[in-house]
Amino acid sequence: MKLKAVAQGEVVSVKLLIQHPMETGRRKDAAGNIVPANYITEVTASHKGEDVFHAEFGPGVSRDPYLSFQFAGAKAGDTLSISWVDTNGGAEKSDFTITGI
Amino acid sequence: MGISRRQFFKAFSGMVASLSVLTVTAERLFAKWNAGAFHAGKLDDAVREKYGALPVEDSAAIKLTVPEIAEDGAFVPVSISSDMPGITNITIYSETNVFPLVASFDVLPRMRPDLSLRVRMAETGKITAIAQAGGRLYRSSRLVVVSVGGCG
Repeated sequence: MKLKAVAQGEVVSVKLLIQHPMETGRRKDAAGNIVPANYITEVTASHKGEDVFHAEFGPGVSRDPYLSFQFAGAKAGDTLSISWVDTNGGAEKSDFTITGI
Repeated sequence: MGISRRQFFKAFSGMVASLSVLTVTAERLFAKWNAGAFHAGKLDDAVREKYGALPVEDSAAIKLTVPEIAEDGAFVPVSISSDMPGITNITIYSETNVFPLVASFDVLPRMRPDLSLRVRMAETGKITAIAQAGGRLYRSSRLVVVSVGGCG
């Protein structure tokens, strides 16, 4: 995951890039075989133990999902935790530091 | 005898307890993802699965930004924002996709209704954003001409 979280006053702007194939289950590989579905279903962001962002995805979200969102009540230096799960039991959780302008 | 009756029941009840904990955890993990809405094949069905029978109206207060022409349907940038108070959820749909519901966002108490993401579009069609505020749904739709489809 790559993340940029910038605090401006009370509001934090977050840009998040997750590396994931987001296989729809309809794509065929070079040999003509269907590639099984494997896509992220949920993305959550939390700050000091409180969820500040929660998204559900379907296979219509592009490969290597990009997200931007905003939340209030955090400052530069605070930690933002991002986690996701996919349909195959894959998961990732990372902590990032919010920066100032 | 290897195991007494008392030991057996003690071990057995412990197993049952941990099993029920596992079940509850699994339900909590999967309860959130709305399979019915994401697997619906028609936009109206997806909206009904997601929100029930709440009334829908078109609203200029839901600002939906999409390109007029998308060269590549695999990566279509979509932005949604609104100044409307009381929004608790936002969903995004591509009507021509096999499964129209693309993503659902809970607008949690500290979150601002201001989002961007990239979506797949099978072919030319409308991108629709629906926001829930109170007991009503507010909708905004825009046509995107897709040069090369991005699904499959």
